[in-house]
Amino acid sequence: MAKNILILGGGTGGSIVANILARSLSPQEATITVITASPQHIYQPYQLYIPFGYQDPRKIARSERSLLHRRVALVVDPVEALDIKNQTVVCRSHKSYPYDYLVIATGSTVDEQQIPGFKEGADHFYTPEAAFVLYEKLQNFNGGTIVVGIGGLPYKCPVAPIEFTFMLEEFLTKKAIRQQSEIIYTFPLNDVFNIKTAADYIKADFDKRNIKTELFFNLSEIHPEKKIAESIEGTELSYDLLVMTPPHKGAPFLRGHEIADADGWVQTDRHSLKVAQLENVWSLGDTTNLPISKAGSTAHFQAPVIAKQICAAIRKETVDPEKVKYNGHVACFIESGYGKATMLDFDYEHPPQPPPPTEFIHFQKLALNKFYWYLIPKALI
Amino acid sequence: MEGIKITKEVDARGSFCPGPLMEMIRLIRSAQVGDVVAVISADEGTKKDLPAWIKKAKHELIAEEPVEGGATRFICRKLH
Repeated sequence: MAKNILILGGGTGGSIVANILARSLSPQEATITVITASPQHIYQPYQLYIPFGYQDPRKIARSERSLLHRRVALVVDPVEALDIKNQTVVCRSHKSYPYDYLVIATGSTVDEQQIPGFKEGADHFYTPEAAFVLYEKLQNFNGGTIVVGIGGLPYKCPVAPIEFTFMLEEFLTKKAIRQQSEIIYTFPLNDVFNIKTAADYIKADFDKRNIKTELFFNLSEIHPEKKIAESIEGTELSYDLLVMTPPHKGAPFLRGHEIADADGWVQTDRHSLKVAQLENVWSLGDTTNLPISKAGSTAHFQAPVIAKQICAAIRKETVDPEKVKYNGHVACFIESGYGKATMLDFDYEHPPQPPPPTEFIHFQKLALNKFYWYLIPKALI
Repeated sequence: MEGIKITKEVDARGSFCPGPLMEMIRLIRSAQVGDVVAVISADEGTKKDLPAWIKKAKHELIAEEPVEGGATRFICRKLH
C-alpha cells in the first residue's frame, strides 16, 4: 500500500522536497500532498527591491499549483494542529490528514507586536504590503535621518539590512538628496556584520559612502510620537524614517508545540534534519531551530537530504548518515548598490570568504531572480 | 557547571551566520529574568565579543566552561 507523505508549507523548501519525491517515487510507493496556507508562492527576495521602485509588488508571486509536479496533491488550508502521537494534521476547515512521513516547511512570519511601538513607528520590507508602504515613504522623502537595523532575532535573510542600506545610499544619491540625508546603520553586534570577512569590506564601503554605524544596538522599544528608537543597551536614536527588520516567529500552530519552542522554532537535528528524534518527521528552512541563516538558500540545500531519507525509508533501504546529511551549506548574494554584488558561500566547517563586489555577481543575482520560478522550486537545480 | 540549572542552551559550533553572539542575544531576549542560558562556540571572535556584550547589556556572565574540541560554553544569567 502506498505510503502517505505530507509536506506542510508551499514555500521554497516544501516545493523542492515535494517535487524531488514526486520524481523519485512511484504512485504505488507513495502519495505526496503539500498543505499550505496560501495558493500563492511568493519569491521573497524580490521584496528588497520594492521600496526603491525596482520591482512591481504585484509581480512577485506565482500560483503554487503551477510550481508542483502533477503528481503532488495541493491542499490550500492553514494547519491548525499537529498530532504527533496519532500522526495526523488538522486544518482550519476541520479536515484531518493522516501521514506516514511528515515534512515541516512552514517558514517564519513577522511579529510586529513583539516590540512596543514597532507597528506605529517602524517600516520594513518583509511583506509585500509593508515594502510598498516604504516605497511610498521613500518617494516622498526629501532629506533627514534614516535609521536601519534589526528589530528582533532571529530574522530571515541576515544580509538584507546591509543590502537595503547600500541600495538606500544609491537611491538617495540618484534622487539628489544624499547631502541632506543621514544614514545610520545599526547592528546587534560589535561589528557591522557577524561574519568577519564580510564585515571588513562592508565597513570600508560604509566609510567610503559616509554611512554611519551604531553597534551593539538591539532594539527594545520605539517611541513613535518622539521618533526615537531605543536599544536594550540603553542607546536612543532619533530618526525621520526607521527601517527595521521585524521580529519573526514560527507558524502559529507550532508555538509552544511539544516539538518546538515557545516561538514555534522546531527542534531539528543539524545533519539529518529529523525532528525531536522522531523517525518519520523532518523540518527544513526557516522553521527549524538551527543556528543557521533563515534563507531560501538554506532550504534549497536541505531539501535533497530529506527527500533521500524518505525514499530510503519507504524502500526499507539503509541510509549512511555520513553520506546523506546536511553539512550546513548556505549561499547568499549581498547586493552592494551601483550594479555590484558579492556572495557568501559557507557550511558548518568552512566560513565564507566573500570576494570584492562585482558587476558579474550582481548579474548572477539578477539571473537567479529571473529564473527562480523555472529552476528552484521545481528542483531542476 | 554544578549547582547551575541552564534553562536553554544552543550549540553554535559551526554557526557562521547568524553566529554565536546573535544566538546568545536571542536567548537572552526570549528568556525570563533570572533564567540561565548558554551558548557553545568554538569561534575565536566570540571569546571577546560575547563577554563584552553581556557586560554592555548589564547581564551576568556566570562562567566560561571549556568544551571538548577547543570550544567554550558561555553561561549567562538574565538580570533584567
